[in-house]
Amino acid sequence: MATDAIMSHEVQDENELWAGGKEPFGASYGKLMMWYFLLSDAFTFAGFLISYGTLRFSMPTWPLPDFVFSSLPGGIHHAPLIFVTFMTFVLIMSSVTMVRAVQEGHNGNRMGVVKWMGWTIVGGAMFLSCQAWEWTTLIGTEHMSVITNPFGTHVTDGVYLEDEHGHPYAAGEKAETFTAHHTYLIEKEKDEATGKEEWIHRKFKTKDGEIGQQEFGPKAFGALFFFITGFHGFHVFSGVLFLTIILVNAASGLYQNRGNHYEMVEKIGLYWHFVDLVWVFVFLVYYLL
Amino acid sequence: MANIDTAAGKKVVIKGMILLGAITILEVLIALLGNGHIIDGFHLPKLLMYPLMIGLSLYKAYFIVFEFMHMKYELPGLVRSVLLPTALLIWAVIAFFSEGNYWKHNRKQIQDWNKEQVSTKENKPAAETGK
Repeated sequence: MATDAIMSHEVQDENELWAGGKEPFGASYGKLMMWYFLLSDAFTFAGFLISYGTLRFSMPTWPLPDFVFSSLPGGIHHAPLIFVTFMTFVLIMSSVTMVRAVQEGHNGNRMGVVKWMGWTIVGGAMFLSCQAWEWTTLIGTEHMSVITNPFGTHVTDGVYLEDEHGHPYAAGEKAETFTAHHTYLIEKEKDEATGKEEWIHRKFKTKDGEIGQQEFGPKAFGALFFFITGFHGFHVFSGVLFLTIILVNAASGLYQNRGNHYEMVEKIGLYWHFVDLVWVFVFLVYYLL
Repeated sequence: MANIDTAAGKKVVIKGMILLGAITILEVLIALLGNGHIIDGFHLPKLLMYPLMIGLSLYKAYFIVFEFMHMKYELPGLVRSVLLPTALLIWAVIAFFSEGNYWKHNRKQIQDWNKEQVSTKENKPAAETGK
């Protein structure tokens, strides 16, 4: 019958498509494998985000991101999430310039590719510098590490019994109060007696009358933060390296001679967009939620 | 792709830049507003903030994958072989967040039970005869 002939013809075409020597998905080997590599990388990052999310939401308290991440370069404080939003913009802009680079490649415009890839590399380098500043502030100024988390959170309202330096309030001094879910930073100061840097666990009294001390926050906070942002930063760094190599190759005319519309630029563009995509989710999950 | 002319291409890029930038600002505003940083003491319930921010981020992800990474123009086979596992991954992340929350609930319940007072002698016989 006529329909049988059509169906068997379709099946034959299908078999031929997958029998070898053709591109079943319409993409070259390199591009297809880049997609599958990115998929595998997505599994890795999803694993990290899952461990972060499960630990965080299983804990009674967690440092509030808008308290922890509220400084700007130049000694500015109380600017919650501004710096990290700026970092997000930088990465988005570098993705946009990457799209322009790929478009110029499709048009065979060598200098256009070089120019726009250059801007993408600048964006990536800026992001890395910002992340380096963030780490330096957290490690150097706030003394956070993979095993120490000086950001704790109150569970009930109360009033402090000591000032920021750990000394009991004087007679007329107004004692600082706090509310539940208020995040604090345990400061480290040089003790006058011993000359060593000591943590100041300020004493406080809760509204139920219990006396307590500022405790360290969940250890997992520091470990997860440095590991996840470090892994992502490593991807940005390797991306910048690859972008530089491919920019040099493009400038030399190597891809022009291949005649494949600068497909190499497209492939590294996929990698760079993936890096931006991961940051969208890290930004969401660590800083916004 | 060689048949997309430059002017239209540039337009998509500008549109993408503005869209992604605006959505990011919106997400940050929701986070800051809901935590009382813009209007003092103002709080939004997490049940409202979280789905909004997650939804906006998912839209950003959709835009980056489909437009910047050209997924919209790929063959269905490629699209499905990449997106189906990714969708399952995103579900896994959300499921585990909920799982962690469940652990917290369990821990709190055990803490509350530990704090409960033991029943007095008068009450005990009544409870045992019940068995």
